[in-house]
Amino acid sequence: MTNPNGRFGAHGGQYIPETLMNAVIELEQAYLKLKDDPEFQKELTALFNDYAGRPSRLYYAEKMTKDLGGAKIYLKREDLNHTGAHKINNVLGQALLAKKMGKTRLIAETGAGQHGVATATAATLMGMECVVFMGEEDTIRQALNVYRMRLLGAEVIPVKSGTATLKDAVSEAMREWSSRMDDTHYCLGSVMGPHPFPTIVRDFQAVISKEIKAQMLEKEGKLPDAVIACVGGGSNAIGSFYHFIEDKSVRLIGCEAAGRGVHTAETAATIATGREGIFHGMKSYFCQDDDGQIAPVYSISAGLDYPGIGPEHAYLHDTGRAEYVPVTDEEAVEAFEYLARTEGIIPAIESAHAVAYARQIAPQMKPEQTIVITISGRGDKDCAAIARYRGEDIHE
Amino acid sequence: MSNIRKAFENGKAFLPFITCGDPDLGTTAAVVRAAAENGADLIELGIPFSDPTAEGPVIQSANVRALQGGVTIDKIFDMVKDLRKDVTVPFVFMTYANVVYSYGAEKFLSACKDLSVDGLILPDLPFEEKEEFLPVCRQYGVDLISLIAPTSKDRIAMIAKEAEGFLYIVSSLGVTGTRSEITTDLASIIRVVREATDLPCAIGFGISTPTQAKEMADLSDGAIVGSAIVRLLETYGKDAAPHVGAFVKEMKDALR
Repeated sequence: MTNPNGRFGAHGGQYIPETLMNAVIELEQAYLKLKDDPEFQKELTALFNDYAGRPSRLYYAEKMTKDLGGAKIYLKREDLNHTGAHKINNVLGQALLAKKMGKTRLIAETGAGQHGVATATAATLMGMECVVFMGEEDTIRQALNVYRMRLLGAEVIPVKSGTATLKDAVSEAMREWSSRMDDTHYCLGSVMGPHPFPTIVRDFQAVISKEIKAQMLEKEGKLPDAVIACVGGGSNAIGSFYHFIEDKSVRLIGCEAAGRGVHTAETAATIATGREGIFHGMKSYFCQDDDGQIAPVYSISAGLDYPGIGPEHAYLHDTGRAEYVPVTDEEAVEAFEYLARTEGIIPAIESAHAVAYARQIAPQMKPEQTIVITISGRGDKDCAAIARYRGEDIHE
Repeated sequence: MSNIRKAFENGKAFLPFITCGDPDLGTTAAVVRAAAENGADLIELGIPFSDPTAEGPVIQSANVRALQGGVTIDKIFDMVKDLRKDVTVPFVFMTYANVVYSYGAEKFLSACKDLSVDGLILPDLPFEEKEEFLPVCRQYGVDLISLIAPTSKDRIAMIAKEAEGFLYIVSSLGVTGTRSEITTDLASIIRVVREATDLPCAIGFGISTPTQAKEMADLSDGAIVGSAIVRLLETYGKDAAPHVGAFVKEMKDALR
C-alpha cells in the first residue's frame, strides 16, 4: 500500500479518479521528504511568525467568564492572524511545499472566502499564479472576499453547478486539478479530501493546539478542561485538538452548523444527521439521502456549509475521543453579537458556533475549570449577512 | 467466456454511455434499445450521482436532469429488468462509489447478477481502494472495471495485471466531454497494457466523431462515447431514441 497512513480507523483513503493518483502520490512523497527537513521547518516558522503574526494570542475573556459564572474562558485568537483566519497556517505550509515541488500555480476551493483569500495571499507572496473556485451563491454572500481575492491578483471562478456552494467548489477544483497537474498544486483548505490532504492540513494547523498547550501551561500551569472549535470540514478544530488527543482529561468539542435545526432539511450537521459514505476522495460521514445522493446542506455560515466532515474527526467521533454538537444559526448569531458586546471581539460566524456552545456549558462548570474557544476567524466579512438576518438591509 | 469478452468479438467494439433517467426512464429504455439494434457492442448505463466529480458539464447536466426527474436506483433496476426481456447486449453500470456504498455493495451487486449486468465502473475507485468492492463483485461474478489514465505511467502494468472485463483507457487529462483533438500517446500506454494482460481495452473520454472513434479503435479494441450521446438527449429529449440509433450506426459503421 502506498498509503499506510491514509486511514483514520475506517475513514479516509484515496477515492479519486486514476488521473489524480500519481499527483497525490507525488504530493505525499514530497511531504514526507520535507516535513522533518529542518530547512523547510525553519522557512515555515519564519513565515508563520514574521508574515502571519504567530504565535496567536491566548486571551483570558474575563468579562465573558464573569458573565457566564462558571469555567474560566480563554479565546485562542486565530482571528488575529494575517488575512483574518486560521486558514493562513495551512496555506503557507502548502504553498511552500508546492513551491519546493516546482509548482507555479495554486488552485483552491473556498466557501466563506477565507481560504481563498489566504491562498491568493500566499500565491502573491511566493510569486505563483492563483485560481479560486467559489460557489456562485457564496460569491454573493461573501462579495467582499471575492474583491479581496481579485485585489490580490487571483482569478475567482464562480461555480454554478449543483448547489453552487462549497461542495461544488471542491468538485470543480478537483476537476480542474485532474486536467492540469504538472504546474499546479491543489491547495485544499480543510482536513478532507483524499490522503495525504487530511494529514498535511492537520499537521500545518496543529500549530494551534501546540501553542494553546504552551500558553495554558504558562498562564494556568495546567491543561484546559475543554477545547471548543467549530467544524465544517474541520481544519481549525483538528488544529485545536491535535496536541490534546493523548491528554484524556481534556474534553474536545466540535460544533457543527445545524442551520435551522437538525430536525429540518436545512442543516449542515454531518455527525448529527449524516451517515457513512464515500465522497470527495474520502470515506467519512456525509449528509445524504437514501440513495446516496449528497444532500444540499444549509447553514448561515458559508464556511461550515459542507455536507461532510474530515476523516480524522469521523474517527474521533467513532472512538468517542471528541464530541460533536450541533449549533443552530440563531444560537450562532446570538453568540456573534454576544462576543462583540462582552469582549469587543467580532468573531467569524463560523467561530460563533463554538462561542455559542461555550455559553451553554461554561455555567455548568466550576470556576477552577478552564475552556479554550478557538476563534478561527474574524467577523468583519459576516456583518452584512448578520444585519440581513436581523432584518437590516445594509450594503457593503 | 464472459459476456464482456463477447462484446469485443464483433470487430472493433463500440461502447455507448447513457445516463439512466435523462430525461426519464422510458426514454432511456428506448435509447438503449435503439443503441442495441444499431450495433452497440456493450452499453454503459450511468446511474446518476449528485456530484459527479469526473464528469464534464454535459454529463453533469444529464445527472441533474435525471435526479430532478426522480430517478432512483430501484427504478433503474426495474427498467433494466424490463429491458432484459428482449435486449441481450452486455451492460455495465457506471456510477460513483457512494451510490454503491450507500445502497449496500452486497445488495447492489446481487441485483447486477440478477439483471445480467456484467461489469461495474466506478471512476472514483482507484487501484488502491478496489478492495472496498472487489470481494463482493467476485462473489456475484461482476467485473470491476479498471481505468488507466494518461498520468498512470508506472502504474499501468500494476493496474492491467489485476484488471477484469476490459481496460478503460482514459484518453485525456481532465473530465469527460468532447474534445477536438486527443494528444495523449495512447499507443505507448496500450503497448504496456498488452504486455501485462490479454484483456480487451477500449478508449474513452473526448470521442465524438466517427473519425475519432476509428482512430481510437485502431489503437485499441474499441471506442467509448458518452458526452456526444448525452448531448443528443439534451437536444432531443424524449424523442432522442432514433437520433441515438442513427449516431450509433454511424459510429459502428466507421469501426467495421
